[in-house]
Amino acid sequence: MPVTDTTEAAVPAPRRRRAGNRRVPTALLVPALLGLTFLVLPLLGLLARAPWTTLPQRLTEPGVLTALRLSLQTATLATLVCVTLGVPLAWLLARAEFPGRRLVRALVTVPLVLPPVVGGVALLLVFGRRGLLGEWLDTTFGLTLPFTTTGVVLAEAFVAMPFLVIAVEGALRGADTRYEEAAATLGAGRWTTFTHVTLPLVVPGIAAGAVLCWARALGEFGATITFAGNYPGRTQTMPLAVYLALETDLQAAIVLSLVLLTVSVAILAGLRDRWITSP
Amino acid sequence: MTARWTRTALAGMTALTLGVAACGGSSDPACPAPGGSAGITGPLTVFAAASLTETFTRLGRDFEAANPGSTVTFSFAGSSALATQINEGAPADVFASASPANMKAVTDAGNAVDAPTVFARNQLVIAVPKGNPKQVNGLADLTGPGVKVAICAAQVPCGAAARKALDAATLTLTPVTLEQDVKGALSKVKLGEVDAALVYRTDAKAAASDVDGVEFPESAGTINDYPIVALKDAGNPTGARAFVAYVRSDRGRAVLTTAGFQAAGS
Amino acid sequence: MDHQSVTEPLLDAHLVAGRGAFHLDVHLHIDVGEVVALLGPNGAGKTTALRALAGLDPLAAGHLTLAGVDLDRPDHRRWTPPERRPIGVVFQDYLLFPHLSTLDNVAFGPRRRGADRRTARAHAHTWLTRVGLAEQARRRPRQLSGGQAQRVALARALAVDPTLLLLDEPLAALDARTRLDTRAELQRHLGDHRGATLLVTHDPLDALVLADRLVIIEHGRVVQEGDAATITAQPRTDYVARLVGLNLHRGHGDGHSVRVGDLTLTAADRVDGDAFVAFAPSAVALHATRPDGSPRNTWPAVIVGVQRHGDNLRVQLGGPVTAAADITPAAAAHLRLAPGQAVWAAVKAAETRAYPVG
Repeated sequence: MPVTDTTEAAVPAPRRRRAGNRRVPTALLVPALLGLTFLVLPLLGLLARAPWTTLPQRLTEPGVLTALRLSLQTATLATLVCVTLGVPLAWLLARAEFPGRRLVRALVTVPLVLPPVVGGVALLLVFGRRGLLGEWLDTTFGLTLPFTTTGVVLAEAFVAMPFLVIAVEGALRGADTRYEEAAATLGAGRWTTFTHVTLPLVVPGIAAGAVLCWARALGEFGATITFAGNYPGRTQTMPLAVYLALETDLQAAIVLSLVLLTVSVAILAGLRDRWITSP
Repeated sequence: MTARWTRTALAGMTALTLGVAACGGSSDPACPAPGGSAGITGPLTVFAAASLTETFTRLGRDFEAANPGSTVTFSFAGSSALATQINEGAPADVFASASPANMKAVTDAGNAVDAPTVFARNQLVIAVPKGNPKQVNGLADLTGPGVKVAICAAQVPCGAAARKALDAATLTLTPVTLEQDVKGALSKVKLGEVDAALVYRTDAKAAASDVDGVEFPESAGTINDYPIVALKDAGNPTGARAFVAYVRSDRGRAVLTTAGFQAAGS
Repeated sequence: MDHQSVTEPLLDAHLVAGRGAFHLDVHLHIDVGEVVALLGPNGAGKTTALRALAGLDPLAAGHLTLAGVDLDRPDHRRWTPPERRPIGVVFQDYLLFPHLSTLDNVAFGPRRRGADRRTARAHAHTWLTRVGLAEQARRRPRQLSGGQAQRVALARALAVDPTLLLLDEPLAALDARTRLDTRAELQRHLGDHRGATLLVTHDPLDALVLADRLVIIEHGRVVQEGDAATITAQPRTDYVARLVGLNLHRGHGDGHSVRVGDLTLTAADRVDGDAFVAFAPSAVALHATRPDGSPRNTWPAVIVGVQRHGDNLRVQLGGPVTAAADITPAAAAHLRLAPGQAVWAAVKAAETRAYPVG
């Protein structure tokens, strides 16, 4: 055969260098360390002022554990709500073509911009006893949301959802859509493709979004107290307990904050390596 | 975190205005003698309890009109938050508290110039939506089934007062929410989320377009004193004294009583 | 292999599609068991054609009929989505699902087409064994070598027993050594495939080794079609000529003489009228001075460039006709080749082919 395969010229593929021996440029290192200090310093402030001697006794006060349990429960439920509704919404924003998509994306970020207290009032105007939907829910099903644990979950989900949607939309945009085409050629319909290919591919993005979402929900204060009120065991989450403790007892507030911080940092640090890395 | 932020912002603000202020102390010949009703100049920062928002804003404007060249800036917040801020070094000239307890925190820390004086009293009423649809006429009506009530958390003065009133009436009330401050409790009534809330008479009066205030006898035992004091680290001590005096003057008392306060006997 | 088109071809397609200024208009016919290579330079429309066949993009016009069923016929408003076409695709960089094991990648198709998990996995296992990767069944795609991944991709596409198998540059991502082995193995599997196969490639070697027939497209049109022997002997465009490694010129024939520009070449074949003249670079000899002896087919040329080509050197020539010449390093040393240098080129008439354009 009169053809010579010139493309097979023996050029070895360039080996990727491990980034281990690279030096970090000072121009990056200095602001990075400054940023870290800025984030960590207030935490140190809390630690410095913590009443270490009375700590065990303060921690075992019944209200602390109740508020902590409620916070963890509601933040987790809110995250589940956000994942259930937010992932499809992110998919819509990333993959579907429809008029007004940019407006919808802007609307999704509204809870980020809205002061949480205003968000709480807005939720009351919709889900409250005299709200647009709330009145109907009340008369039809006898269902009221304000001042209930469900209300807390709702308020937290409202404020935290954008974090999930934005993270997942980014992951979906970054994912290679050709995998979905490959799935289609193998006989997978759109829904099967979504559940069997798209979703597993963006699992790291969903996990990252869920973690952000959970953290935001855990720290939620303004929308919660406005929409769900404050009642120990039912709607009083840790941030609310912290705020009220601030009224009378700064040290108690510091203890509560430290509990919240310790638990959340422990959970987030525990998740990070296992979940956030790609499959 | 909020307190920290406010402190920083205020520090910046005051640093800016201090440079402009001419009056460093009463010995300055350019400054008028203390106690004079006219001739007070320079900026003045007043930390006042949230429940004083309407009256003090009004009084501040009047004070500025009576003393050309003076400017009064307010920071309205919960009394305890303000007390914490003052004790953490926030630059303020005057502190007006909604409770003696929070005032005590400031005087105990040695941050007041002299002993505080009570300038007004407030007491609880039951705030109900306009027209009183649930026919609430006294504390006992709040414990009925299907009546949703908001009261303040025990940690804040209005909550402590509510507890006291309920104890005096030997009633057990399960509210749907323990609000962080009286405005929170009031707004739940305004929005129709609760049927009643225990708030101060002044708050009910300020929201008279949305709510009615129902007086009840047990509130007599819940009378809340409002103390005021000039602060030690005041940037404008002359102005601070003058403002305290103005609040306690006839004019000040008139504004306070119109708002629903009981004037404190001087 | 000869395919008599007495019966209807398995694939009968007239692919019309376009994006922006680019327009594809190609007729494709593939018989049962036939392997056709769709060959063309980058941007010729190969990918567009493949995507239209797979159902990833719809046709603008024309039709796509597979085993008598219209899968895409815009004027009849018929369109079958990719998941319901009996078509398997091996993608250029394989697109093995990174979150699934090798076995589950291969089982994916059978599973989607209704097999239960056990059956699908058993079937996948059979296919992995067939491509010699049974031991890699539990591995994730990223743990596989390039050659292994290619074979898994092939197994995945064949596991659904497609009527039409599409291969998109199946060997392009492999290094030279792996490509040689994989090509041979691919040839074996394509031979076993009972349906039609379309191999999309820009690599002539893949096309010549793997395909029974070549369809060459440029700018969205078929420029030449035929078996490997015909195309390598008689290229009809510069692209095809370069592809098969021949110098190609178009001129006017008069008996054994073909006039190309100012130059008259003598060919082995007789041709009259518009004609192509083709000769291999290895048939071109270079001389420092005008060669004695055979006076035919010599011309003065200028060296434009020199590059390595296997064991020899390929010299690009300018002058009355552009041409490539392959010479040994020894000859090159003797000539002291340098760009811009004037040389004499000579081709024997016996190695010069001429054939009509029409």
